[in-house]
Amino acid sequence: MERTGAQIVWETIVREGIDTVFGYPGGAILPTYDAMPAYPVRHILVRHEQAAAHMAEGWARVTGKVGVCIATSGPGATNLVTGLANAMMDSIPIVAITGQVATNLLGNDAFQETDVTGVTLPITKYNYLVTDIKDLPEAMAEAFYIARTGRPGPVLVDICKDVQNASIDWVYPETLHRPGLHKAPRPEPNAVVAAADLINAARRPVIIAGHGVSMGHAESELLELVERANIPVVSTLLGLGSMPETHPLAMGMGGMHGEAATNHAIQECDVLIAIGMRFDDRVTGRLDQFAPNAKVIHYEMDPSEVGKNVKPTVAVLGDCRVTLAATLQHIQPNNHAEWLATIQNWQSTTREVDIANAEVDELIPPFVMRQLWHSTKGNVTVVTDVGQHQMWEAQYFTHTKPGQLITSGGLGTMGFGVPAAMGAALGNPGHVVWAIVGDGGFQQTLQELATIVQDKIPVKIGIINNGFLGMVRQWQQFFYEKRYAGTPMLSPDYMKLADAYGIPSLRVTTNDQVADAFRQANEHDGPFLVEFRVKEEVNVYPMVAPGAAIGQMIRRPGPAVVQGPSGVQPSW
Amino acid sequence: MKHTVVAWMEDRPGVLTRVTSLFRRRGFNIESLAVGHSETEGISRMTFVVSGDERMVDQAVKQLEKQVDVTRVEDVTNQPAVVRELALVKVRTDAQTRAEVMQIVDIYRAQIVDVALDSLVIQAIGTEDRVDSLVELLSAFGVVEMVRTGRVAMTRGRAQRGLNGQPTSAAVKANGRKMGI
Repeated sequence: MERTGAQIVWETIVREGIDTVFGYPGGAILPTYDAMPAYPVRHILVRHEQAAAHMAEGWARVTGKVGVCIATSGPGATNLVTGLANAMMDSIPIVAITGQVATNLLGNDAFQETDVTGVTLPITKYNYLVTDIKDLPEAMAEAFYIARTGRPGPVLVDICKDVQNASIDWVYPETLHRPGLHKAPRPEPNAVVAAADLINAARRPVIIAGHGVSMGHAESELLELVERANIPVVSTLLGLGSMPETHPLAMGMGGMHGEAATNHAIQECDVLIAIGMRFDDRVTGRLDQFAPNAKVIHYEMDPSEVGKNVKPTVAVLGDCRVTLAATLQHIQPNNHAEWLATIQNWQSTTREVDIANAEVDELIPPFVMRQLWHSTKGNVTVVTDVGQHQMWEAQYFTHTKPGQLITSGGLGTMGFGVPAAMGAALGNPGHVVWAIVGDGGFQQTLQELATIVQDKIPVKIGIINNGFLGMVRQWQQFFYEKRYAGTPMLSPDYMKLADAYGIPSLRVTTNDQVADAFRQANEHDGPFLVEFRVKEEVNVYPMVAPGAAIGQMIRRPGPAVVQGPSGVQPSW
Repeated sequence: MKHTVVAWMEDRPGVLTRVTSLFRRRGFNIESLAVGHSETEGISRMTFVVSGDERMVDQAVKQLEKQVDVTRVEDVTNQPAVVRELALVKVRTDAQTRAEVMQIVDIYRAQIVDVALDSLVIQAIGTEDRVDSLVELLSAFGVVEMVRTGRVAMTRGRAQRGLNGQPTSAAVKANGRKMGI
C-alpha cells in the first residue's frame, strides 16, 4: 500500500490499539496532523507539551498500552523533556512523535530546529531521527515494541518534515530485525532454589514490593508467597497497592517517609526479599547502613539494577510473575509469630496519631486523604503531584489494588498531577479520577484546565493549599532553622479561577466540610475542583533525614490525643 | 583495577554518542576506547578499558548490554587474550642520534615508517606496557608528536566465537560473562 510518512505514523498507532493521543501541532509536524482525521484516533489538544507527555503517561498507566504524545520541532519537542525523563525513571511506556525540520535544513540552525535526539538521548530508552522514508516503518514499529517490552520506558521518534510528506510502498514490519532487542532474561534455576532456601530458613524476613510487581501482574504470586511463608510486606511508593493494605501482613510504604515500623523491620530483618524495585535512595537511606544484617534476594527484570545500589546474596532475573511462581514451588509454609509480634510492637505509634493529635477545628491534610478514601470506598484512581500531599496520600489512603495511585516516583515531577489524571480519566472512562495536588504543583500545569473543559475530561481536582512549597518548607524547618527562602507561595482565588474556565468548585476550610465536598465532587458528572485550605505548617512524619540510615527517623511529636480539646470525636 | 571490555554494536548513526554519553553520565572511568568494523557487516566492535572497582565494571558492562544498539558485551580481562595498542611516535633526530634511535626501535621490534632529516616516525605495536617503555626511551631524544590508538583485544582460540552480532543470552553465557550476581 502506498502510504505517506504521516500516514505510516497513524497506521502504526492504530495497529497498537491506541485510540487517544495527546499533542500540540506546529510547523514541522503539520503533515502528520493533516493526515490525522482519516484515522479513528482522538486527539487531545494540550496547552503545553509537558502536559501531553504526562497525559500519555497517565493514559498508559491505566490502559496498559503505550501512551502517545506528539509535538512539533524545537520548543515543542524540548517541552516534552520533563515528561520523557519522568517516564524513564518510572518505567512508563510512552512514544513521543516529534516533527523535525526538513532534511535539507538539518544542521543549519533552521527555524525551530533543535537536536532533539541529542537532547533526549539520556532520558529515553531509545530514540530515532528519521531522515529517510525507508527507515520510518521499522522505526515506528520498533518504537512501540521497545517502549513496552522488557522494562518499559519512553521512546522518541523525530521525523523530518519531508519524510512525513514522502511516500513509500508500506507493509507493517511484522518481524523486527534488530539483533540488540534483548528479551527478558530467563531465571536461572539454581537462583530460584537458592532464593527459596533463604526464604525458608529466614527467621525475620521482610519483602519490599516495588513497581515491578504490578507491572509484571504478579500480585497473586506475591500474596501467595506472603501468606504461605508468613512474611510482612513493605511497599515502595510505586509498589503501593500491589499488596492490599487491609491485609494483616501489609505494612505500607517504607523509606524516607515510611511508617517507623517498616523501616525498623527492614533494618532488623535477616532476609530481605526485594521484588521489582531498584533500591532508590528514598527507600534505602544511607546505603552502607541499609538492612545491615540481611541477606538480600533481588527479583529483578533489568540486570543492570542488580548490584547497582545493593549487592544481593541471590539475584533472580526475569519477569517477577514467572520467577515468583517458580520460587513458590519450593516455599514451605512457615510461621514467624515472634517476628510479627516485634513488628506489631513497633506499629504502636502509627499514622493515626497525626489525625488524633489535630485540633478538631483545624483542617489537616492527613484527614483529607483519609476522607478521600472513605468517600470513594477506595474505588477511585488517585493521581498525585509531588511533595507533602503525595506522601500523605501514600500514608493515609488505604491502597488495596494496583492502579489506585498514579504518581511521579523517581523523578519527583511537580506539575505531573493534573495532566496525568486527565490521561488516566481518558484511559478509563466512567471511573472516578482524583488529581490530588499541592498549590505549588497545580500552578505548574494549571493551564490544562482549558483542556479539561474543551475535551470534557471528568477529572476531579483537589488542591491541598498550604501557602507554601510544603515539602521544601519542611526541609527548611528541619535542616535550615526555619529560614523559609523562596517557599511561601501566593495562590490565586481558585474558585474564581475554576469559574473562569467554567468548572464548578468548592472551598473547604474545616474538617467537617471535607466529607460533603468529596460527596458533591464525586456526584457531579464532569470536572470539579475543590480547594482545601489546610493548616500551613504541617509536616510529614516520620522522616528520615537525607543521608541518614532509615532506622533513624524524625518521629511524630507529642503523645497521641484520642479526642479533640472541644470533646468532639473526629468523624472519621 | 583495569578491565578490558569488548562490545559489539550495530553500526548506526549516534551509536558512539550513546555509548560515550552512557559512560559520562554514569561516571565510568574510561581510559581508552577503540572502535572499528568487526567481521560482520553492520556490526562495529569496540574495545574499552575501564578502571574502577568490581561494581563499576559490572555496571559498565550491564548498562552497555542494556542499550538497544549493543548486541553483545564481554569482559575479557581474565581470559587469555591478545591485547594490543598501536602508537605512532615522531622523534626528533639528527645525524648523531639517528643510529641510536634506530637501534632502540630494532630492539622493540617497532618500525620506522617515515624518515626526515630532523625526525623519524616510529610505529610501535604491542601491549600498553611495551609501548609505554618504548616511548619513555624515545622521550630522551625528544618526542615531537605522538598518537596512540588505545587498547584493542581479541580472545585466543575457540573458533566458535564467530558469534558476533548474535545477541542471544546463550552466546553471552557461552562466552563466560558473569550474569546476575
